[in-house]
Amino acid sequence: MTPSNTTNTVGEPSTPRQSTQQAIELILLRQWASYIKTPIWITSADGYLLFFNEPAEQIIGIRFGESGPMPVNELVSRFEIRDEYGAPIEAQALPLAVAVAQRKPAHSRLRVRAVGGEYVPIAVTAFPIEGQGGRFLGAVAMFWEDRKA
Amino acid sequence: MKAVLWGTRGSLGSASAETVVYGGDTSSVELVTSRGTILVLDAGSGVRRLGAAVPADVKRVDLLLTHLHMDHIQGLGFFGPMYNPNIETHVWGPASTNATLRTRLSRYLSPPLFPVCVRDLPNVFFHDVMPGTFEIDDATITADFICHPDPTLGYRIEADGASIAYMPDHEPALGAELPYRPDPEWTSGYCIARGVDVLIHDAQYTEAEYLTHVGWGHSSMRQTTAFATLAEVGQLVSFHHDPSHSDSMLEEIAEKISTDENLRFKFFPGKEGVEFHVGRCC
Ligand SMILES: [Zn+2]
Ligand SMILES: [Zn+2]
Repeated sequence: MTPSNTTNTVGEPSTPRQSTQQAIELILLRQWASYIKTPIWITSADGYLLFFNEPAEQIIGIRFGESGPMPVNELVSRFEIRDEYGAPIEAQALPLAVAVAQRKPAHSRLRVRAVGGEYVPIAVTAFPIEGQGGRFLGAVAMFWEDRKA
Repeated sequence: MKAVLWGTRGSLGSASAETVVYGGDTSSVELVTSRGTILVLDAGSGVRRLGAAVPADVKRVDLLLTHLHMDHIQGLGFFGPMYNPNIETHVWGPASTNATLRTRLSRYLSPPLFPVCVRDLPNVFFHDVMPGTFEIDDATITADFICHPDPTLGYRIEADGASIAYMPDHEPALGAELPYRPDPEWTSGYCIARGVDVLIHDAQYTEAEYLTHVGWGHSSMRQTTAFATLAEVGQLVSFHHDPSHSDSMLEEIAEKISTDENLRFKFFPGKEGVEFHVGRCC
């Protein structure tokens, strides 16, 4: 008897999805995000903002139900972001942008001002999201109001 | 394409006088295309009798595992074709970040849990499946991860001009808040089930039971019909019946669904031994 067991992998990670349905990892992440009090943003692999939860709405002054999904840059342009010392900061230097573009975690202390509001000091940590089989699915950023610290 | 339901019970084999109609064997479904391609969906205890019915002159059998929970693999060691050196058995199952399918199945197919090892099987090939589409002879298979604890695939099988989706363990309501706020983009399994002729789907719980089993990876009948409506399927087959549900209880549930005038698809209850045909047939 000759052992002939072999293993191979089908459906490479780059296989394009055939519909608009999100990956299960993102579906579960969004569900979790909608339940927790910590503000969260979730983006797709190409930096498209898929979801932010109600606590995040309070910081940026925009309701997800009204804005819907959009490119992160477009959302960022709707309010003011400074570094922790009050200097302007490039969009691509923001933690979420780093997590998407460079696929590595990033952390920053920032100040955010919604339209008509005052600057809120926040800490942001972003992580790339890898799904089963190492599929790069996007990134998640969690916010913390620094004055709570 | 011909389909035979060899095992429709969920979680645990449940043979008794109360389960003779719906059956006591766990998940296993046989699909045969008009060209004679044999696809076996899951290897629950029902796969033993399925294997015994495979014609002796068959050269190849493909076994597609949705996931490795015991009720979906416990029949593996009793699947006759795997011991026949004249039959190529291809075992397909969810890829994992930690170990190959072969390695993970070896945990079960090795002492002390089972006397036969994977390496003793004469003509078996393993395939770690990622989301995507692949061909098995004249059948096109699309797989995607779906909402259930531990990596679990839903399969869409297209052949003979027809399509069947198979999701025996699935809790789409956990991500999509079915049946209240259905949204295809955020509903697990949607791209697998969309527009299929037949959807074989988890219907483990009553509405009351689901409330105490949220996150266990299964659906209530109402969630299943909401999912089938969202996916615009042609027919729904209820599947993965709870071990505690008797024939009379399941008949009562089926009667309720069948008489629902708002149903936009045909419903038939998944009973062990049932055979049906979709598209061109053998
Ligand atoms: Zn199961
Ligand atoms: Zn399971």
